Amino acid sequence: MSTGLPPAAAPDLEISAVTKRFAAHVAVNEVSFSVARGSFFSILGPSGCGKTTLLRMIAGFIQPDGGTIAIGGRDMASVPPNKRPVNMVFQHLALFPMMSVGENVAFGLARRGVARAERTRRAEAMLERVGLAGAAGKRTDELSGGQRQRVAIARSMVLEPTLLLLDEPLGALDLKLREHMKVELKQLQSAFGTTFVYITHDQSEALVLSDRVGVMNQGRFEQLGSPQELYYSPATSFVAGFVGANNRVPGTVLGQDGALVELDAGGGLRLRARSKGILARGAAADAFIRPEAMTLARSAAELPPGQNALSGEVTDMLFDGANSVVLLRELQSRRELRIALPQTGAFADLSSGARISFGFDPERAICFPGAHG
Amino acid sequence: MAETAAGAGWYRRLVLALLLAPALLWLFGLIILPHLDLAVLSFRERVAPREYTASLAQYRSFFGEPLYWHVFARTALLSAIATLLTLLIAFPIAWIIAKLARGRMSALLFVVCLIPFWVSETVRTLGWMILLRESGVLPAILVHLGITAQPVELLYHDATILVGLVYTSLLFMVVPLVGSLESLDNSLIEAAYDLGGKGGSILRTIVIPHAAPGITAGCIVVFMLTLGNYLTPTLLGGKNSLWFTEQIYTQFITRFNWEQGAAFGFLLLALSTAIVWLGLKVSGQRFSDVMRRV
Repeated sequence: MSTGLPPAAAPDLEISAVTKRFAAHVAVNEVSFSVARGSFFSILGPSGCGKTTLLRMIAGFIQPDGGTIAIGGRDMASVPPNKRPVNMVFQHLALFPMMSVGENVAFGLARRGVARAERTRRAEAMLERVGLAGAAGKRTDELSGGQRQRVAIARSMVLEPTLLLLDEPLGALDLKLREHMKVELKQLQSAFGTTFVYITHDQSEALVLSDRVGVMNQGRFEQLGSPQELYYSPATSFVAGFVGANNRVPGTVLGQDGALVELDAGGGLRLRARSKGILARGAAADAFIRPEAMTLARSAAELPPGQNALSGEVTDMLFDGANSVVLLRELQSRRELRIALPQTGAFADLSSGARISFGFDPERAICFPGAHG
Repeated sequence: MAETAAGAGWYRRLVLALLLAPALLWLFGLIILPHLDLAVLSFRERVAPREYTASLAQYRSFFGEPLYWHVFARTALLSAIATLLTLLIAFPIAWIIAKLARGRMSALLFVVCLIPFWVSETVRTLGWMILLRESGVLPAILVHLGITAQPVELLYHDATILVGLVYTSLLFMVVPLVGSLESLDNSLIEAAYDLGGKGGSILRTIVIPHAAPGITAGCIVVFMLTLGNYLTPTLLGGKNSLWFTEQIYTQFITRFNWEQGAAFGFLLLALSTAIVWLGLKVSGQRFSDVMRRV
């Protein structure tokens, strides 16, 4: 797992073996990771996985039961939130409605005792940097969702924190604005060069924005890596299922030849897929195949040699421009699969009930130990 | 067709009038009518038995007699102090109920604030007298602990009046405060804390501006109740209480000088109106916003 950053850059955030329990429930379980200076780090996980608890521990609102949190090389135990070199963009932004936009941005400076004229100047300069020049006198409810988000970021960035924490700030926005703000966040991060730690349950946000992502489930990190690593070589079946669209085909291991496992997927269907570990003969396993890893063909003969060759019956065509997929039922196992349609429009004429061949390279399918189901 | 439509409109208006009738009757019969009569009373002077002339004599005697307007100013000042003390005591209570206590605990604390009101005001005030009089519970404890050599009289002081007034008013301050603090988003406090705020600066810049309508509403209600209270100052303050309502009572009942009493009543009304107006001006609140909080 290389970060591509020079080794001289000390990590801005270093978390080691941090644990938090709420009564009997372990919200965060021995989590360790570090975030390099200037990078965009995301914690991705379903709701209730402990990511918010982890973020609040970094901000200082919750004390960990065990482990250490160091920011900029300094241990943060017993440092209260108002003394940490960390600022947070809250889920619903938490702009102060009783203050103007300019007063919101200047709030932190005022708490540091910066003189009025100076903080007004710095707040206005910061607003200009986020593209809100001249908005200082406005009320916060006069701004659009995207502008409010920029005020929230400006309010934190004006304090020049070592670390900016973002708690699903895009969650409350509508889809179109969310897509736009994703790009904007990325640009703001590279313009400021500040380390961002971003939590989200949206895998697409994490993939698009981050340099590195930690996938969290039930209080633990399942995998830590670049978006590409998570997508192309997931470490666990949870990551394979959670990051990006995937087809899960459960089966029983028939045998293993090097890295390739042969699987009985039911109904006499045999598949070959890549596996990192050794899977025992007769054990349950899940194969994951990406929709775009499969190729469609009019007949099995057209498929490249060495591929798993299957055939199916089309149940539905889901047209969505470049993301169009065909849903089909594999004939032997009766399992429903989702296959991306080629951009050429070659199979756009398929309709429900049509029989079609399809295949995939065993190297592009990945196999994990699983439960029968 | 037009006739039935007009009939329906007339019917609707009748229903509305009937629905409003009890409130209007109450407003007119018990508030407007007596006040009109009092206004007439306050602007006349008895020149001979059963003979009256219009005059400003009643108001003139108020300003001419130092005792009257001293008591008037004293009542206003003590009421303002009582209101401020009530606010200072009620704010932490409201904060605990609105922000710190959860579910049943919060309801329980509300009930604790309400319990004193299950007893009549007279009995409640007499309870204070039992506690505070010279031969009462508290002076006995003070002697027992060796803090005072002799039992001291704790009744009939201004402080005693204030204690009684604050105790009586607490609930009327807590209710609007809880309402306005509950609507304060916790993440605003966290955000302020995250941006470097401390307890005091967050209270000043975030909490108080947000709760301002509730604070003003509570203060208006408590001030009016305190200014117009008769029982608590009279019982706890005794002859020294010098509360303006007592002056009004004396004029009406003891002196049988209804004209003077009516003038005093109007002066008290003018005073409470003026102070409420001033309070709204100073805190920059609008009356309609504040009244929604009560």
